[in-house]
Amino acid sequence: MVIARILGLLAVVLVAAPAHAQITGNVIKIGVLNDQSRLYADITGQGSVLAARMAVEDAGGKVAGAPVEVVFADHQDKPDVGSSIVRQWIDRDGVDAVVDVPTSSVALAVSGVVREKNKVFLISGAASSDLSGKACSPNSVHWTYDTWALANGTGNAVVKAGGDTWFFLTADYAFGHALERDTSAVVKANGGKVLGAVRHPLETSDFSSFLLQAQASKAKVIGLANAGGDTINAIKQAAEFGIVKGGQKLAGLLIFITDIHSLGLKTAQGLQLTESFYWDLNDQTRAWSKKFAERHGGKMPTMVQAGVYAAVTHYLKALAQTKSDADGKAVVAKMKEMPTDDPLFGKGTVRADGRKIHPMYLFEVKAPEASKGPWDYYKMVRQIPAAEAFRPLDQGGCELVKK
Amino acid sequence: MFGIPPQALFGQLLLGLINGAFYAMLSLGLAVIFGLLNIINFAHGAQYMMGAFAAWFLLTHAGLGYWWALILAPLAVGLLGILLERTMLRRLYHLDHLYGLLLTFGLALVIQGLFQNQYGSSGQPYLIPAELQGGRNLGFMVLPNYRAWVVVLSLAVCLATWYVIERTKLGAYLRAATENPTLVRAFGVNVPRMITLTYGFGVGLAALAGVLAAPIYQVSPLMGADLIIVVFAVVVIGGMGSIMGAIVTGFALGLVEGLTKVFYPEASKTVIFVIMAVVLLLKPAGLFGRAS
Amino acid sequence: MATTKASGGPAIATTPATLSYQYLAFGALVAFFLVAPFFIYPVFLMKALCFGLFASAFNLLVGYVGLLSFGHAIFLGSAGYATAHAAKVWGFPPELAILVGTAAAGALGALIGAIAIRRQGIYFAMTTLALAQMLYFFALQAPFTGGEDGIQAVPRGTMFGVLDLGQTMTMYWVVLGIFLGGFLLVYRTIHSPMGQVLKAIRENEPRAVSLGYKVDQYKLVAFVLSAALSGLAGGTKALVFQLASLTDVHWTMSGEVVLMTLLGGLGTVFGPVVGAFVMVTLEHYLAQLGAWVTIVQGIIFVICVLTFRRGIVGELARILKKPL
Repeated sequence: MVIARILGLLAVVLVAAPAHAQITGNVIKIGVLNDQSRLYADITGQGSVLAARMAVEDAGGKVAGAPVEVVFADHQDKPDVGSSIVRQWIDRDGVDAVVDVPTSSVALAVSGVVREKNKVFLISGAASSDLSGKACSPNSVHWTYDTWALANGTGNAVVKAGGDTWFFLTADYAFGHALERDTSAVVKANGGKVLGAVRHPLETSDFSSFLLQAQASKAKVIGLANAGGDTINAIKQAAEFGIVKGGQKLAGLLIFITDIHSLGLKTAQGLQLTESFYWDLNDQTRAWSKKFAERHGGKMPTMVQAGVYAAVTHYLKALAQTKSDADGKAVVAKMKEMPTDDPLFGKGTVRADGRKIHPMYLFEVKAPEASKGPWDYYKMVRQIPAAEAFRPLDQGGCELVKK
Repeated sequence: MFGIPPQALFGQLLLGLINGAFYAMLSLGLAVIFGLLNIINFAHGAQYMMGAFAAWFLLTHAGLGYWWALILAPLAVGLLGILLERTMLRRLYHLDHLYGLLLTFGLALVIQGLFQNQYGSSGQPYLIPAELQGGRNLGFMVLPNYRAWVVVLSLAVCLATWYVIERTKLGAYLRAATENPTLVRAFGVNVPRMITLTYGFGVGLAALAGVLAAPIYQVSPLMGADLIIVVFAVVVIGGMGSIMGAIVTGFALGLVEGLTKVFYPEASKTVIFVIMAVVLLLKPAGLFGRAS
Repeated sequence: MATTKASGGPAIATTPATLSYQYLAFGALVAFFLVAPFFIYPVFLMKALCFGLFASAFNLLVGYVGLLSFGHAIFLGSAGYATAHAAKVWGFPPELAILVGTAAAGALGALIGAIAIRRQGIYFAMTTLALAQMLYFFALQAPFTGGEDGIQAVPRGTMFGVLDLGQTMTMYWVVLGIFLGGFLLVYRTIHSPMGQVLKAIRENEPRAVSLGYKVDQYKLVAFVLSAALSGLAGGTKALVFQLASLTDVHWTMSGEVVLMTLLGGLGTVFGPVVGAFVMVTLEHYLAQLGAWVTIVQGIIFVICVLTFRRGIVGELARILKKPL
């Protein structure tokens, strides 16, 4: 028995080593790794798993003659848990592509493992623009959004609308710092000024002190360089302290539709934010989102979940061309070579640094009177064309970009 | 002072005091439970969360607003606490603190997990009641009416609790029952029932804090998860089991945290532990505790 | 603290016959870990071994000296950072990197221990928690720890210039070696004259003092040893996962090690290893269940506290009437 096992292991090693032009294990396995139980479970979670399944179904359940399977796991927002799951997925369970992975710290750890094992990493949930910059990898595609695009979308529009002095409430960790840094750059580039910033610990419940400091700065715009519960608490309390009524504007730098849902329109109205997807954009997004919501307890998809669907769809298209999943780099190269086309993000491309390029949208949250019902939350302010939505290729410092 | 205008500082101190009101109410419940049951109630954060959720639930499913929630939510959550005490905690009184702590920690995990499964992580909307919207301009800051209400109510509840436990006959029975249950029982007092009700009351206090928090903080399953060690630290600093210690320390630490938020915001969640370390070094039984 | 009164194991006298029982159990443990990697995923086993060592080191303190530290994660995590930094930035070979981590944890242990052992019971636990929270803040702010991204892509390197740790199985044997070394050290300490004094302190501190033992010194040595061994586990873990992160210094990790030890059996030799193995298995195999993980974990703790307080190994030892 033991010997048989060892022989089996050896056989796997021998087979996996050269890049055979075929589907390894005669099955294509997609592993959705995200947060199922904590902070980001609503934004990603089971919704992302469903989105991946829908992509597989829409591709007919089979690619290059092999069935496609979706597995999932909870990384609990811990990099070590995430990377060990991915190691096991690839080493033992034959997973070919890892999808989603919110929180940048886990995504960075997973990216290292996927690259080492030469598989494919389709990033939707993680935000750090480093994933297609300093930490880019020939095995990953960063699909939905990143910190640069968010900062650019919201920062640009708000400054142009006259909000030229800023004060930041920044979550005191790398992601918050990156958002603040990127947005400050955008504000300054547009002739605005940053009057100050306050770094608050992650998961702070009371923001009144920080809001008072922001108020005292007399800045026209208060930029919220944080996420999840922190953003929600800050917005709730800004309403309580009459910040918006006092003439200052809030700019949320990373807000998802589920956050608006939990704030309620009465509190969130007037807020400007940037996303790459909204269910009510056009007929195609509406049709897909309706199907999604029916299977997801009536909840509309977030942009991360939409990104999972689109990324898996494009991955399967590339596989249909390469007819092999053995060499992850080759599959990703194919994904970069083929133009993308899906019902949710429209036509687009994947750049050399792994950055998926599509338009971003600046939305404003509707007033309660203007909303026709649940999930009817956004009014589009501006479409940011694909060409200016993301960081220019030569500025990210990605090693894959030839100078 | 330090380049900050005195008015602004005054505003910050006031805000600190308001946050202290939450700490005071939560640590009061924890201290009552510890003092009389010898249990470190690690489910306190989860029970606080349940209070906030109960308020939301009453509003969306029964159409009962904030004022009803203020009464009904602590009652409902307190009853649940009584159930827990009757079925589980009761078996642990003769054991070390550690086991009570572990049991309630496990319960907190279960409660939070169930709410997470049912309601997701991003939370539920809850508005400030119409009567308390708006604010008052104090000259140095605008004080929202709701915050003023929180401070007043929590002070009233804290002082009433202190009075009942330290100054009434009922309180005397309670304190005596923890010292020597057999003797008190001999006087014809139903000690187990008294202890059960005490736990229910402590849990009810947590739920009341939860209702107070619902309109201003995010109502989500994990809202109390990290709070518990902070509140626990407050109780330790005040002196375990000391009712007045918990109340005074709660308000005082709110103030200290408020000041930290101005001068070194990054450390505002850590400062409490610095104080705890210093207090434990200099005065091991806490500021108001009696050395055993 | 009277924590350990409920555990049945150590109350039974250690005679040569019971020792042979322990040798038997130890043999079974070694045999299991020699064969296991051919059936169970080795990286998972390595994680279990690291946590097993961590829990054993923790148990040395809580189970045999009666000191419940509620900040032990700081030793695991800081050693992870030190090892990762030494291996990645300074380019140290793995054996030296782990040594750096262990030494760092030991030094921290001396510092925290010297402050904390002046207090007893719950106040000792709270002092360790407070100091650990301050160090957590330091880990969050200090530039070299990489904030919440941690130190990633730590090279495993080549041990003693010959063992290429990039190979999973080589890494596994090295981790197993480290684990067994650490485990035996804990075992030796418990059964040494010093271990007897520690137990005496746990049972009745004033009496130990009156017998002329310098109780504080004994406590401090035990604390430093426990911290250093936790560091050994943390440094090894950092190399296995090629990552040092905030998870390992957070207070919930301190809570987890308490649970591992309790689940396996407080004050038993093998309990912490079993407890760690069960916990890691739960975390690993329940990952498919999403939010149910916390619910299932919570239910297990409740059942554990209500029905088998001696822990898995403790109950087993009671049935066999032999200390394990």
